[in-house]
Amino acid sequence: MASDVAALGAKAQQAATASGKREPALVRWMLIGTALLFLGLLLVVPLVAVFTQALDQGVKVYWEAIRDPETLHAIGMTLLTASLVVPLNTIFGLAVAWAVTRHQFPGKSALVTLIDLPFAVSPVIAGLIFVLTFGAHGLFGPWLAELGIKVIFGKPGIILATLFVTLPMVARNVIPVMQAQGREEEEAALLLGASGWQIFWRVTLPNVKWGLLYGVILTNARAMGEFGAVSVVSGHIRGLTNTLPLHVEILYNEYQFAASFAAASLLVLLALVTLVAQQLVDAGRQRQLAEGQRAPAEEGNG
Amino acid sequence: MMAFVRRSTLPGFGLTLGYSLAYLGLLVLLPLSTLLLKTATLTWERFWQIITDARVLAALRLSFGAALAAAFINACFGLVVAWVLQRYDFPGKRLVDGLVDLPFALPTAVGGLALTQVFSPKGWIGQYLERLGIQVAFAPLGVVVALVFIGLPFVVRSVQPLLRDLDPALEEAAATLGATRLQTFWRVILPALAPGLFTGFALALARGLGEYGSVTFISGNLPFRTEVAPLVIMARLEQFDYAGATAIAVVMLAASFLLLMAINLLQWWSARRSLGGEG
Repeated sequence: MASDVAALGAKAQQAATASGKREPALVRWMLIGTALLFLGLLLVVPLVAVFTQALDQGVKVYWEAIRDPETLHAIGMTLLTASLVVPLNTIFGLAVAWAVTRHQFPGKSALVTLIDLPFAVSPVIAGLIFVLTFGAHGLFGPWLAELGIKVIFGKPGIILATLFVTLPMVARNVIPVMQAQGREEEEAALLLGASGWQIFWRVTLPNVKWGLLYGVILTNARAMGEFGAVSVVSGHIRGLTNTLPLHVEILYNEYQFAASFAAASLLVLLALVTLVAQQLVDAGRQRQLAEGQRAPAEEGNG
Repeated sequence: MMAFVRRSTLPGFGLTLGYSLAYLGLLVLLPLSTLLLKTATLTWERFWQIITDARVLAALRLSFGAALAAAFINACFGLVVAWVLQRYDFPGKRLVDGLVDLPFALPTAVGGLALTQVFSPKGWIGQYLERLGIQVAFAPLGVVVALVFIGLPFVVRSVQPLLRDLDPALEEAAATLGATRLQTFWRVILPALAPGLFTGFALALARGLGEYGSVTFISGNLPFRTEVAPLVIMARLEQFDYAGATAIAVVMLAASFLLLMAINLLQWWSARRSLGGEG
């Protein structure tokens, strides 16, 4: 059905090209040129500039900059943050998606709005609220000091702030997929005697895996790259609470440009890997969608 | 319809909802409410004094002005990019399509650093602009450039699906009735894309208002000239003036929430319109 309509549409489009539905070639190429120039100046040129600057003084200086103990520590701090934040927000995203799409309860739409709230908050304000809550003069400050726990200007603060700014990403990508999937398959599994966990692992998870992966990729990219919120809560203590993006700024402010751009180039590589992963996951999602449309009845080999 | 009233047959309701609420409460509600608690300790006069301070007002004006300008630029160029990606074929199209998401994938600090390098008076693009008398880096224009960069994907990704789902019959009907291509665009295509354009504009605006990482590099942080509101909050925090930081944050937060509500209304409008189109 759908493909028939698409074929008809394509035919109509071909026919319409002749009858002036399409723009003249000149306009077409001018628009393409405008788009490419805009993206080129804003996205491609700056990216190339990062690598050029990083390698400005040769490959040897570049390696020295990356092998610097403080840079290595910043990389470690960034990896530690992501390794805690990504699983925690993934579990939350799956839990809240299950509650919201598989059950009815009052206040559901308020809950969904609440999930999106961190996106509406400036990163600097995200950091500020954690300083006000856990800082020395904050709400729990005196109590935490008594226990000897340092949240702000310490690792826990960085992790909390990163959890906050990346909180919506998995939930946002999983909820629509779980919603679209419906609950017939899960109810069938229940009738066949599957337990709750069996349903989750065997039915739900395979169905939402691409949306989930997409959310995880975005969470990871933001967790590794977050700057504003982390900058407020970290206190910029070198070799202690410095993540890689913060380290880039410190080196830049100290006029160590080659080292700063070298550290930045690692984050550019991370962004490029993220983009490729997004494309792969998107392709997987399209494939799953196409398979689901072709043979919905034959799905039974799982 | 009865299923909506009955309790769901699927298990895990208490566990997942309880966990979600506890998580959200600890990470979002508790910290956000301390912001309100802190504001409540300020007298009205003190609050007013903080936010009408000349430096704060200048920063708020720049934040809103630059975010509006950047969102507008993104609406125009984002529409062109979405159109080109959806309607035309050219070599490397898939690569370009993937590249649009770069500002989301790239840490904002790195984006700011890279733009500063390129647009500084000695940079690859900056040196030519300098000859024309245009200063980008370390000037208000730099803030706009940074905000265009970080808001770029919003309009493109909001318009693309609408453009894809646009019924070709509408355009053919317009052409058959004697409309020129430009008339068809203004009267038929653009109104259909309006919800996506507005949503993308509002999202880019909201993002631009709160942006810190990319702006801090390219703006040079000159008070009264290139200092945006998040930078003033940061400056107050560095002086341990938590009351000052909180007051400015509340104003920014109120603006963000109004925008968020507008975005939700727009999406509801858009969904209703697309439903109407199908029926």
